[in-house]
Amino acid sequence: MRTARLIALAAASALALAACAPADKEPAASGSPAADGSLDTLTDGVLTIGTSDPGYEPWIVDNDPSTGKGFESAVAYAVAAELGFDADHVTWVPVTFDQIIAPGAKSFDVAINQVSISPERAENLDFSSSYYDTAQAVVTVEGSPVDDASSLADLRDARIGAMVGTTSLAVAQESIDPATDIQVFNDNDQVKQALQSGLVDAIVVDLPTALYITAAELDGGVLVGQLPAGDDPDQLGLVLDKGSALTGPVTDAVDALREDGTLADLEAEWLTDAAGAPVLK
Amino acid sequence: MPTTPPDGARPAWVPSERQRDRDAYRRTQTRRSTLVALVSTVVVAGLAVLGLVSSPGWPRVRQSFLDPDVAWASLPKIAEGLWLNVRVMAVCAVLIVVVAMLLALARTLRGPAFFPLRALATGYVDVFRGLPLILVLLLVGFGLPGLRLQGIPTSAVVLGGLALVLTYSAYVAEVFRAGIESVHPSQIASARSLGLTRGQTLRHVVLPQAWRRVVPPLLNDLVALSKDSGLISILGAVDAVRAAQIQTATYANFTPYVVAGVLFVLLTIPLTRFTDALARRSGWLGSQAGLAGAGAMR
Repeated sequence: MRTARLIALAAASALALAACAPADKEPAASGSPAADGSLDTLTDGVLTIGTSDPGYEPWIVDNDPSTGKGFESAVAYAVAAELGFDADHVTWVPVTFDQIIAPGAKSFDVAINQVSISPERAENLDFSSSYYDTAQAVVTVEGSPVDDASSLADLRDARIGAMVGTTSLAVAQESIDPATDIQVFNDNDQVKQALQSGLVDAIVVDLPTALYITAAELDGGVLVGQLPAGDDPDQLGLVLDKGSALTGPVTDAVDALREDGTLADLEAEWLTDAAGAPVLK
Repeated sequence: MPTTPPDGARPAWVPSERQRDRDAYRRTQTRRSTLVALVSTVVVAGLAVLGLVSSPGWPRVRQSFLDPDVAWASLPKIAEGLWLNVRVMAVCAVLIVVVAMLLALARTLRGPAFFPLRALATGYVDVFRGLPLILVLLLVGFGLPGLRLQGIPTSAVVLGGLALVLTYSAYVAEVFRAGIESVHPSQIASARSLGLTRGQTLRHVVLPQAWRRVVPPLLNDLVALSKDSGLISILGAVDAVRAAQIQTATYANFTPYVVAGVLFVLLTIPLTRFTDALARRSGWLGSQAGLAGAGAMR
């Protein structure tokens, strides 16, 4: 009978669907931090860290996080060491921001990519405690209409550029509230390119990036100043899968590094001193 | 049994009993088909939904892609972005049709004197149809203003629109050319033998017929344009997709992408229906169904 065959086919399809559905990995009990597989990492005994490709200075030097050069690369190795993984037991995977926040199985144990901690994001992601508190800063080039701006009001009529999905964009909108819409670009390379082409008059990036590109990358770059942080400062956290068993250990590691002064040392080593970048009012 | 009206005129036609039986049988069959189609659709959809919601990651996926609060919160910004898409699409579509028509005409000109024009049009189509749109956008968007010449626009929307017109007019020119060249030579011969000049033949005989033939592929290009209009976001303009991207990053939740997708589909469906209605009113669509022997194609 035809109907019976159809039902059988439907049942078989349902079974096949159920069979191909992956089962969630059971979180293992977190034991003593060590590279002997006691932590529940993707690969036993290896910590997989995700970051963007390309990575930008001063966060990652020469787009190679595995050298330990650059602030985030150095912090990542320090956290790994704190967890009991030596440098040989750390691997890096390139991830986009969308991959970092996607709900499916993650390709990394932790991600470090200047992701700001926010309550909205924390609904879908786990964050470690902050490894760096940053501010946002305005950068322009000589000859731009706002190269002598000294207050937020001077920037109101400027065409502002920022990178999509960043705190820079949100803070720029909030504190400058420019008359024309902020122009939004895919990455900081295009933001810089837009500034150099004259598509925008000024750009907003995080302060370490601003200090770096003004000094090293832009022809005639001018650091106009920092934007006021508002009520809560912009805190960068390591990102973990929601409900990851590693969130606790990673947070403990970051806290320990802050307390013993390692984070401050790494800041001094890799990030330019922010003194000399006045806060705009 | 036909009844005779009181005024003695010819009796009104009434289907025979056999015809009525036939009609009744066909109606039953149609009802049956509809019912079977309905049940099978419900079963297939039910199985698909069941498979989806019973997967272990479903609660996470639902939270990440179908969060009503995030959808509602992100809707105004995305709708605002979509309005930019619509405006860019409308202005570019008009420019594209004009430029493409000129290109197509240039390519169909005959005579050795027109060779430079033909060659130029051919070269233009070859280059801009071959170049990926995103490259044209980046080169035009970042390159032109980088020249720092007087009078070069620095607006992302204008530069992006320019790149869209450059690329799409190359595609659409080929659609027009195909339409023009599909008009049978006998039409041109007849028109010329009636004493029409080349220009009159083109205007009154060839182009009207070509136009009918290219409407469906043109609509395809218009729908593609509505979506590609979002690519100008790489030059800084905030369209629906970029607005959704910003909201997605803010909430670390993908629901805004779904919202943008729904809005785009809602935008293109009426477009299709509108074109269909236009075609039907002009007698293009379904005109073959009236032909003897054509029938409905099954």
